[in-house]
Amino acid sequence: MSAAGGPAASAAVNPAASADTGLAAISVRDLHVSYGSVIALSGVNLELPAGSIVGLVGMNGSGKSTLFSALIGTIPGARGTVRILGRESARARAENLVAFVPQTEVIDRDFPISVREVVMLGRYGRLGFTRRPRAADHAAVKAALARVGLTELAERPIGALSGGQRKRAFVARGIVQDARVLLLDEPFGGVDATSQALIIRVLKELRDEGRSLLVATHDLAGIPDLCDEVLLLNRRVLFHGDPATALLPENLALTFGVAP
Amino acid sequence: MTDILTWFLEPISHGFMSRALVATLISASVCALLSCWLVQIGWSLMGDAVSHAVFPGVVFAHLIGVPFALGAFIFGAGAVGLIGALQSRTTLKSDTTIGVVFTSLFALGIAVNSVFPSQVDLNHILFGNILGVGVNDLLLVAVVGVLCGGILLLKRRDLTLFAFDPVQAHTLGIPVRRLRFLLLLVLALVVVITLQTVGIILVVAMLIIPGATALLVSGRMARILPIAVLSALVSSTVGVYAAYYLNASVGGVVVLTQAALFMLALLVGPRGGLSPTHLRSRRAAHTSRLGAAQTMDA
Repeated sequence: MSAAGGPAASAAVNPAASADTGLAAISVRDLHVSYGSVIALSGVNLELPAGSIVGLVGMNGSGKSTLFSALIGTIPGARGTVRILGRESARARAENLVAFVPQTEVIDRDFPISVREVVMLGRYGRLGFTRRPRAADHAAVKAALARVGLTELAERPIGALSGGQRKRAFVARGIVQDARVLLLDEPFGGVDATSQALIIRVLKELRDEGRSLLVATHDLAGIPDLCDEVLLLNRRVLFHGDPATALLPENLALTFGVAP
Repeated sequence: MTDILTWFLEPISHGFMSRALVATLISASVCALLSCWLVQIGWSLMGDAVSHAVFPGVVFAHLIGVPFALGAFIFGAGAVGLIGALQSRTTLKSDTTIGVVFTSLFALGIAVNSVFPSQVDLNHILFGNILGVGVNDLLLVAVVGVLCGGILLLKRRDLTLFAFDPVQAHTLGIPVRRLRFLLLLVLALVVVITLQTVGIILVVAMLIIPGATALLVSGRMARILPIAVLSALVSSTVGVYAAYYLNASVGGVVVLTQAALFMLALLVGPRGGLSPTHLRSRRAAHTSRLGAAQTMDA
């Protein structure tokens, strides 16, 4: 196995990323995760550059969600080391360095919470003991809602949105957190074309602000446009490098387990 | 007019009745507040478990002569710990582990109480002893009730985040395990102070129905909390007055009133299953989901 090709897209590293220079956005050494006797990830090594969008591609069950869980530290039994901008996962979380945009299918649609309130949850790490939002937090939420085109729907319950709108709400939540590293689990799953185009635009803007993004996606056709690098995963890293090479038939065959 | 006033004032002119009313109002309100999160996290059964598990604690407390609240709290908190340990160390489903722990502890209480029958009145524990609320009991209810209510209100935003999206809480560096522990600790304390007013069987209802009712009325946490508390205040008052004038069981009438308010919310609440607006929005949501699915296929 290899981290073949290496970070090829140095041209994509934006000058605005100066705050993170010299540090890998995400660095993983020899990560192993198993659930009982099922091995979810085995010997994963990663070095993702700051200020770029890295696409994460793999079959269902290839360990994409597990990798995200390991990065945000919700798997107690994970072995290996995870660093986010050089910090341990817990330290990175405490410093508000990492935002996670989950698969919105896991969210309780009947929960009594408005779109605006969901987005505000991104600010909680910056708020005090009772998490009472201040003017700056309300302003940040308003700006993020406008950015993802949900201003009109801000007071709707989260369950009343379409799949694409709901994804946009969670992307907005990631935006207001103002994190340096954003992890997005399938932001285009079940999303209409309008929402997808909007999310892609926002993700590129975030990258151009110098942030680092790891994006799990099934949309292979959209990869060359969106991603600076691609990570092919099937319980281990099959390939890490530029999108054009990643999308070669033999690499895709390796990833999706079919003969080339 | 004076007749109505007299009707309202007469019961609380007796010290034991006014203590009963205040104790019920406080404990029911804190239960109602807590229920708003319990029903959304899916912990309705947890209230059932803790309330039954405190039973042996009360029996043992009487046996060795320590305050019943202490024994109840130790067993309530112990049950929570035991359930947590079973859930993390076995592959059993959570309702199974809860069922195993609380019925076993309840059986322990029944068995011990049958061997030492004179020590404690079973009826008082199971169904409450509202008219026996002494000054010290009321003090305990007031102090613990205000403390728990205060904690819940101060941490309400964190608790809602915990209920809605614990992974997000974790990602933000908010200690999820501590929040979970806090909520369970408050649950054990609230059960203890509600024991005397309605007894352990009906505490469960008070930890579920007000939150469920409020959820049928509003889709916003900021309104759900006051609605749940309001329903608890109304039903507590009805319960205590029914006890005075009709010699009815306080716990029985409090919970019946809560159930009636739940029915009302179901029938006319904006999010009740049977209201026209709700049915419309359900249909609309269904249609939009179909629409989304079609877009996906395209």
